[in-house]
Amino acid sequence: MGGTPTDLKLIDERGLRIDGRRPDEMRPLRIEAGVLKRADGSAYVEWGQNKVMAAVYGPRECHPRHLQNPERALVQCNYNMASFSVEDRKRPGPDRRSHEISKIISEALTHVVFTEYFPRTSIDVYIEVLQANAGTRCAGLTAASVALADAGVPMKDLVAACAAGKVADTVVLDLGKEEDNSGQADIPLGYVPRTGEIVLLQMDGDLSPEEFDKGVRMAIDACRKVSEIQRDALKRRYSASSADVDAAQAVPEMPKEGP
Amino acid sequence: METNDSKESSREIVVPGDLLAISGKKAGPGTYSEGGKIFASQLGIKTVRQDSISVVPLSGQYIPIRGDLVVGKIVDIGASNWLVDINSPYPAPLHVNEVPWRVEFGETGKFMTVGDIVLIKVVGVDEVKRIQVSMQDHGLRKLTGGMVMEVSPSKVPRVIGKNGSMIQMLKNETGCRIYVGQNGRIWIDGELDNIVKAVRAIKLIEDESHSLGLTEKVKELLSRKGSEREM
Repeated sequence: MGGTPTDLKLIDERGLRIDGRRPDEMRPLRIEAGVLKRADGSAYVEWGQNKVMAAVYGPRECHPRHLQNPERALVQCNYNMASFSVEDRKRPGPDRRSHEISKIISEALTHVVFTEYFPRTSIDVYIEVLQANAGTRCAGLTAASVALADAGVPMKDLVAACAAGKVADTVVLDLGKEEDNSGQADIPLGYVPRTGEIVLLQMDGDLSPEEFDKGVRMAIDACRKVSEIQRDALKRRYSASSADVDAAQAVPEMPKEGP
Repeated sequence: METNDSKESSREIVVPGDLLAISGKKAGPGTYSEGGKIFASQLGIKTVRQDSISVVPLSGQYIPIRGDLVVGKIVDIGASNWLVDINSPYPAPLHVNEVPWRVEFGETGKFMTVGDIVLIKVVGVDEVKRIQVSMQDHGLRKLTGGMVMEVSPSKVPRVIGKNGSMIQMLKNETGCRIYVGQNGRIWIDGELDNIVKAVRAIKLIEDESHSLGLTEKVKELLSRKGSEREM
């Protein structure tokens, strides 16, 4: 028992993984919506050991001005890892990896947001990783779409995300840190459950086409579950007082207050 | 507070992507239709009417609509216009022609300066959301004195109430002069005690906007505050 990653037994005789999960089992996921008062919308996600916070501002005036699009809103995402989020201190500030993740997440979100409703504006999404344990981009995207809905941004559906991968020659769901570090492949996937569209797909490592298909199918099934948890989190935020919602009737014609 | 339309509504909270109806109805605000089905596009309360289905949002930014009465704040002065912040993603320039005074070129600063509060009306919104506002209508003016508070724009209809019932009650009970802008800014003027009372009531409305018997709660708060002062 050396303890070096090479002889780490990622899957045991009973077919269970290092943290006792079955190959197609996801880590426990908990989502809380509306956790930040200052942001227009926010969400907090705990996914296994991952802790991720997302905040949304806007639609607001787009700065710098030259980025404004006269036809639609710009979804600008900023993914950041706290210096204390990983075992060795992460050097703070943007780097290649966080740039990449910011870009793919904003592209995934742009796909579902009705950007044409808010020309010339930007919708700013900030994702802060407080604690990382593999799969933070999926956790970040999951949190970001809940935060967007919480901010009241019109969108086609919530984006759910989950990863699949290959560990010890087995296709597994939602890789943990050890599995990610010494596994053979990782496929993060962002999914729109209503339409079945895939809005984020990456692959790190090697997989045969069959393994890839299996992994994607597993991840999609998991995304459906993630989506349920997202919806529940948003509904829960208002359900405390929603059993007796009075709001719907006060509005109908938006009466105007005359001077 | 009963309406024939809302009788049908189930007060169900919906999330973007939720299926609202198979078809037959018009997709109202907060919804979109695709392939003959209507889905929610915003987090809010499902509202079913005879001919349409819509979602009353629980949050969101103020997006100006033509005809809206808004409380704005002057943030910049140009030679022939003032730039007004109307609490929306879009800046609103107020041109000298849209003002009840005769203003010479370059003399805008003599009439209103940065920080002034104005009651204005949105008179035009084009396809790229360029906003035109005007102060030339009955009752529109620069607001002097008083104070301004902000509520979430999605709660404005709640502060106003059905046919202005809530705001009328606030005015009667506190004796304050109150203007509620569609942009979520509320201007209040009156005696200090009464302003405090009105602000508390509006905060209550904002916090409990979707609870039943809101009018009674507000009424109770207003009368309680009154008796507390006498003690």
